[in-house]
Amino acid sequence: MPKDSGIGASSKRREDVRFLTGAGNYTDDINVRGQAYVYFLRSDIAHGRINSVDTSTAEGMPGVVRVFTGKDFEGVGGMPCGWEVTDKHGAPMQEPPHPILAQGKVRHVGDPIVAVVADSLEQARDAAEAIDLDIEELPAVIDMKSAAQEGATLVHDDLKNNICYDWQLGEADDAKVNDVFANAAHVTTLDLVNNRLVANPMEPRVAVAEYSRGTDEYTLYTTSQNPHVIRLLMCAFVLGLPEHKVRVVAPDVGGGFGTKIFHYAEEAFCTFAAKACNRPVKWTASRSEAFMSDAQGRDHVSTIELALDADNNFIGLRTNTYANLGAYLSTFSSSVPTWLHGTLMAGNYKTPVIQVNVKAMFTNTVPVDAYRGAGRPEATFQLERVIDKAARELGVDPIALRRQNFVTQFPYDTPVALTYDTGDYNGTMDKLEAAADLAGFAARRAQSEAKGKLRGLGVNCYIEACGIAPSNIVGMLGARAGLYDAATVRVNATGSISVMVGAHSHGQGHETAFPQVVADMIGIDESMVEIVHGDTSKIPFGMGTYGSRSLAVCGSAMVKATEKVIDKAKKIAAHLLEASEADIELKDGQFSVAGTDKSVAWGDVTLTAYVPHNYPLEVEPGLEETAFYDPANFTFPAGAYACEVEVDPDTGQVTIEKFTAADDFGNIVNPMIVDGQVHGGIGQGIGQALLENCAYDENGQLLSASFMDYAMPRADDVPFYGVDHSSQTPCTHNPLGVKGCGEAGAIGSPPAVVNAVLDALNSGGRAVDHIDMPMSPSRVWTAMHG
Amino acid sequence: MKISMTVNGKAVSGEVEGRTLLSGFLREQLSLTGTHVGCDTAQCGACVVHVNGQAVKSCNMLAVEADGADVGTIEGQANADGSLNVIQQAFQDHHGLQCGFCTPGMVMSAAALLKDNPRPSEAEIRKYLEGNLCRCTGYHNIVKAIMAASGQDVGSIAAE
Ligand code: FES
Ligand code: FES
Repeated sequence: MPKDSGIGASSKRREDVRFLTGAGNYTDDINVRGQAYVYFLRSDIAHGRINSVDTSTAEGMPGVVRVFTGKDFEGVGGMPCGWEVTDKHGAPMQEPPHPILAQGKVRHVGDPIVAVVADSLEQARDAAEAIDLDIEELPAVIDMKSAAQEGATLVHDDLKNNICYDWQLGEADDAKVNDVFANAAHVTTLDLVNNRLVANPMEPRVAVAEYSRGTDEYTLYTTSQNPHVIRLLMCAFVLGLPEHKVRVVAPDVGGGFGTKIFHYAEEAFCTFAAKACNRPVKWTASRSEAFMSDAQGRDHVSTIELALDADNNFIGLRTNTYANLGAYLSTFSSSVPTWLHGTLMAGNYKTPVIQVNVKAMFTNTVPVDAYRGAGRPEATFQLERVIDKAARELGVDPIALRRQNFVTQFPYDTPVALTYDTGDYNGTMDKLEAAADLAGFAARRAQSEAKGKLRGLGVNCYIEACGIAPSNIVGMLGARAGLYDAATVRVNATGSISVMVGAHSHGQGHETAFPQVVADMIGIDESMVEIVHGDTSKIPFGMGTYGSRSLAVCGSAMVKATEKVIDKAKKIAAHLLEASEADIELKDGQFSVAGTDKSVAWGDVTLTAYVPHNYPLEVEPGLEETAFYDPANFTFPAGAYACEVEVDPDTGQVTIEKFTAADDFGNIVNPMIVDGQVHGGIGQGIGQALLENCAYDENGQLLSASFMDYAMPRADDVPFYGVDHSSQTPCTHNPLGVKGCGEAGAIGSPPAVVNAVLDALNSGGRAVDHIDMPMSPSRVWTAMHG
Repeated sequence: MKISMTVNGKAVSGEVEGRTLLSGFLREQLSLTGTHVGCDTAQCGACVVHVNGQAVKSCNMLAVEADGADVGTIEGQANADGSLNVIQQAFQDHHGLQCGFCTPGMVMSAAALLKDNPRPSEAEIRKYLEGNLCRCTGYHNIVKAIMAASGQDVGSIAAE
């Protein structure tokens, strides 16, 4: 029976009302009295040496407040990287400086060189046109494999080469790995590209900063998934400001998908300039600017090899990946191809020997960092594609091959550093087979063929590590931050509750789902509980929202804080009821004495906490508790996806006919929201598989710099999706038993689409074993006829 | 130059430059910030408003071109008593929005579609929304919401 409130109910989203009536408050909706506007003059070449920058004419132009260049930031810190990766020889990664405005060189199209602050944006832009730049163009470093060669042009002159790190995980003994492959009955090898993507949340980035001379305080409004992290990084590493003098607010944020995690130069600039100009400064990215300044995603080139024994058991796996970091290290970029990627290479399978090798490269392209899934889609894509190829080579059913190799005993220690706590991969696959009606596929294929189309079925699994993770472990792995989260439950005298949470909602529906949990624990109406998020001045601390962590980590902190509140309230209730605290039970908002009909209502207890006339002497007045929660382990959502495509053999056009997801997210608080998260992820995954490609030419010119050339999925590119979340193995180590659902769709879907297209082509007698994403009609047609 | 128009049933006027876009006029001068700007190439549809009853990308029209027009924005869509209108309510009921950034444009486009085609098929809705990008929902619940708003039974559509 679906519930109608509390945990497990598809409560309608309360935040929708403001979004549906135009009453949202996004950063660009915020204007501060007296604000000036900044326009960034950006590099139009990928690599060049700055000989001179002449701003003298611009400075005298109408409305110009001040013109800034790299020189203005020589005494200021650069943009920091939050994760130090150690390479396989024990050396720290190479970490070049990343100035707010270019100093000495420009290193990618879009690298900001000059910032013009003026009374209006038009004036700032006009003045920027009068700036005289003398930049000597240098050869651009674009292709990763050439960038790794000895003697390659250097992106950063002070580094010894373009390799940020050469990293390894899993079996370190090459001879042992070679041995496994030498003794294998079958080896399948596959070369893969994980195409570079642009996250493109529909709201471009915006920053508005103001400074008060009276109080020496700054306020930065910014489009961020984690305002506290921005404040910490900006204060401690970039501008050297005391944190208590800086307030960072991330109001309504129009989607993030990872790219709004990072601390960006523009927000540090606005904060700096607000004081330097003694005026609020606002920056709103145009979409064109977003394409060349938002951190991009993916961009891996890999070779993966899978070794199987004579019974088709997986006995070894080796991958070699070149990962593009772009021109500078974005905030969490270094962790993506390593700890968020290599650790997932075991997938859902009990492969005993795994070796992961990753070379991370600097190139003259926009920085690359986490995008929905962040490393896990790249791992899943490699693994699930090579398994599918192996099944085809061996002539075995791809689902049976997967089932045969599933991990079935939990907890399971992988050879790549993780311990899976729970899962039921066969059970989830059973759900998929039913939900996707795989038994009916042959009939659907016959129907497609009758229309002259090829039909293919692609199935794959995925596992992800979410809710990152115990701070002591991530610290050992190089994280320069803790990864706990915090919540304060503030109960008002009349019994309503404000919960200050460190997670940030930018589409995830926290304002609805989080209160469901607290209301359920106390037994009061959801409408009595409200979430406060996105403002460092209101919230104790918070690590923000990314990595599908909000409910698993911040939600756990919220549960802990609520438990503390309930414990204290029980003491007060015991006093009022003249009973022993141990006998007090809380149900449906009533405290009662076990085995009696004596009770006192939630609201009476909360009022007593604030009007403590009849009150236990040893208890403090008030009812407000804070908890910080540091998880004991990652969570491990897992699932199985099925995609059915039709391919037009004349044109190579692929259409998605059916897409079904079966996920195990553990317990679920709001099924409607969870389904929506999966839909969105699948939409992005289909986009990656069929449409999206961030392309540079050999000179580093960005070829896909607007929605005209970067193909975003549109409503008629996708079907209705089937989703099934009835496979549930609750997480064993967090109080709600939840695992996280935000990234699953984007992780699980690209290999399903590619596997389906290849199945279609092979069913039509074409022996095609791989097509790179995005599988455009021309790529598919060429593969068929090539 | 000075322009005048009716916005959400109210007469307004303002001073604009020749290059001022209708989206800018609505957002900056009238503080109607429900109309969003998601691109600079007239591709995303976050800025869709109604001009004389037609769905228009307000980032692709000069404010002076709307001089004298009857303009409707998301702020004017709710029922007179402030409750959500049928389309807005269907978006909430069917979770047709996540971050809300594309939403005003989606609702305005959906209203224009349903005016011309009161019972559109799934395929017609998907086709009509070609100019409205959403990065959050994968479109599933947007299409479903519009079908529901037009009185169609969406109970059999896969998932929630
Ligand atoms: S802002 Fe008008 S179409 Fe994108
Ligand atoms: S709801 Fe976020 S872009 Fe559509």
